[in-house]
Amino acid sequence: MLRRREIALAGAGVALAAPALAQSGPVEIQFWHGLAQPLGGLLEAIAGQFNESQNRARIVSSFRGSYPETMVAAIAAFRANAAPHVVQMFEVGTGTMMAAGRAIKPLHELLRETGVQINFDDYLPAVRGYYSLADGRMMSMPFNSSTAIMFYNKDAFRRAGLNPDQAPRTWAEMRAAATRLRAAGVEIPFTTAWPTWTQVEQQSAIHNTEIATLENGFGGLGAELRINNPLMQRHFTTLLEMGREGGFRWGGRDAAGDALFANGQAAIVHASSGARARFVRELPGGVANLGAAMLPFYDEVPGAPINSIIGGASFWAMNRGPAGGRNEAENRAIAEFFAFIARPEVAAKWHTDTGFLPVTRTAFEQVRATGFYAQNPGADIPIQQLLRGGGTMTGASRGIRLGGFTEIRTIMQEEMERALQGQQGADAALANSVQRANVVLRNFERTNRG
Amino acid sequence: MRKVHFKGVALPYLLLLPQLVITGLFFFWPAGQAVWQSFLREDAFGLSSEFIGFENFADVLSDPSWLEAAGRTLVFSASVAALALGAALFLAVQADKQIRGADTYKTLLIWPYAVAPALAAVLWLFMFHPNIGIFGRMLNAAGIAWDYKLDGDQAMLLIILASAWKQVSYNFIFFLAGLQSIPKSVLEAAAIDGARPLRRFWTVTFPLLSPTAFFLLVVNLVYAFFDTFGVIHSLTQGGPGKSTETLIYRVYTDGVMNLNLGSSAAQSVILMILVIGLTIVQFRYVERKVHY
Repeated sequence: MLRRREIALAGAGVALAAPALAQSGPVEIQFWHGLAQPLGGLLEAIAGQFNESQNRARIVSSFRGSYPETMVAAIAAFRANAAPHVVQMFEVGTGTMMAAGRAIKPLHELLRETGVQINFDDYLPAVRGYYSLADGRMMSMPFNSSTAIMFYNKDAFRRAGLNPDQAPRTWAEMRAAATRLRAAGVEIPFTTAWPTWTQVEQQSAIHNTEIATLENGFGGLGAELRINNPLMQRHFTTLLEMGREGGFRWGGRDAAGDALFANGQAAIVHASSGARARFVRELPGGVANLGAAMLPFYDEVPGAPINSIIGGASFWAMNRGPAGGRNEAENRAIAEFFAFIARPEVAAKWHTDTGFLPVTRTAFEQVRATGFYAQNPGADIPIQQLLRGGGTMTGASRGIRLGGFTEIRTIMQEEMERALQGQQGADAALANSVQRANVVLRNFERTNRG
Repeated sequence: MRKVHFKGVALPYLLLLPQLVITGLFFFWPAGQAVWQSFLREDAFGLSSEFIGFENFADVLSDPSWLEAAGRTLVFSASVAALALGAALFLAVQADKQIRGADTYKTLLIWPYAVAPALAAVLWLFMFHPNIGIFGRMLNAAGIAWDYKLDGDQAMLLIILASAWKQVSYNFIFFLAGLQSIPKSVLEAAAIDGARPLRRFWTVTFPLLSPTAFFLLVVNLVYAFFDTFGVIHSLTQGGPGKSTETLIYRVYTDGVMNLNLGSSAAQSVILMILVIGLTIVQFRYVERKVHY
């Protein structure tokens, strides 16, 4: 006699099996990203185009909060054996992901196994270098890349009697311009978004100075932070003095400084090139009032400036969890999705829509051919800056690969804040950053040995 | 008290089951995980883990910046509790008087309690942001250099004000109920004896309110210790420097942002011991004091 419970269970089994059968068509690929609107919508539209372009795979995009939140969510999901197939990870998390062992599926492995081809020689060296191993093998799929550049308010420059078509080239000129702007009544002559990225990481790169040993950590987990060097001492001193003179205002951590420039209060900001879209929309006076220039440098440093480094995010293929990987169909779908976003027309559209970099040379040429840069002066500044000094990267300008780098950035921001409050000098801020960051690096080395 | 006796044990356990499941699932299981995690050194992905005994605890307790955070948390919690209790007591005494529209005042005073901490923080941000906040701009225009994003003391002041404001409503309800339960005859007797209102308050009302006040003190301390994360996260993220990083915020930064799970778990366990201690004190004291 069949009891009622067994019938119910059998019914439930059928109900569970049914959707699995229905799904035997396209492979579902879970894709988690960390871009809020409007960027997130543009990104999901690209995934949508991929879905329409073929019928073997279907990308299911979902927004998981800010970059750090997305990173934490993906890690937690991995521990619960439910990691997404693809996760968008900001550049700061690169070191952590590279050391993640079998949690990730390295891109070069994925492409070799599936036979899908992506021409990485076409990628900008700074982009390629950031996401590859020291021997050049790619670890993750570059997507939205930006670099830090200088934006300035042309009206404010005119009011201060400065040439609105000539931004300060060097820090000496920056300081002189800030003094003039201040005298002309500009409340905040200069501020910065992403303070450690623009003022420590980028400035070190363009002056060909390592922020950490072993080529900024590319050489292994044993790297030590070394920002207590003459260049950073000079630069922190400059920032602190400009702070005291009223030429520089701390705009807050992370992207907070953008707002001060967008509302017209600050005349100069060092920000992500990806902020361009926002500034065009929000800055009083619009695009006609928006100046863009390369980051200033110290001309007394020999050889400076060289290329800056990138920021932004890349896509990582993840294994399901500690207990298992992916099947062949899933890997193939992931690789094809990556090949799709590598297409020049996709990269070019993303670049012109958002202000992020055209990550490949072909995409750059395509956009140039449309006359986009002639109509949008300054939109090609990030690319020029990435190729400054010939574009041959050095150990100091390839990128940064430090474990626990999110924490190290926070440490550097905290020490900068304390210095700008007047609690410590430039030397102490740098020494404290180095000492605290090296504790983080050694802990990371210890936990990721195995 | 009338006791109901169930036949057998199945029904009472069945009735208890939902609550037990919830408690087990959402309290004991995670707490157990935290305790276990606090003895491990593990990478973020959980691929390699090593049992290291009390090393995480030793590291945390010998870390000068953790001790600083502990001191800061004490200052913060004491200030929040003092401010929230003082303001609530004052308001409750005023609302307890015979005034027109007392019910309206009471309702309005209870409102802030329904505001989520993160929202409360955003309200304060819109008031006190140095560039976009109305009071922030007024302060700067008046020549006071107000910038809580760079001045640690101002940041601390701001999170104390925002956190205390959130808690005033809760305290207000309890104080008002406490005041209303004080027998009028006692106060009238004191008045007949010639005690002025202020003296009546300090010698009659306040002592009779003390069990309520003590209960609220413990609740407020626990609130300031554990429930102010949203306010701090939305307003200062622990900065500038580390000047608004309390213990609970540090658990979050170390665990979630820095992915240092062992240390974060050890810190949680220390906090758990602390709150258990506070609760024991409260129960013992309140149990004893309840029959005055």
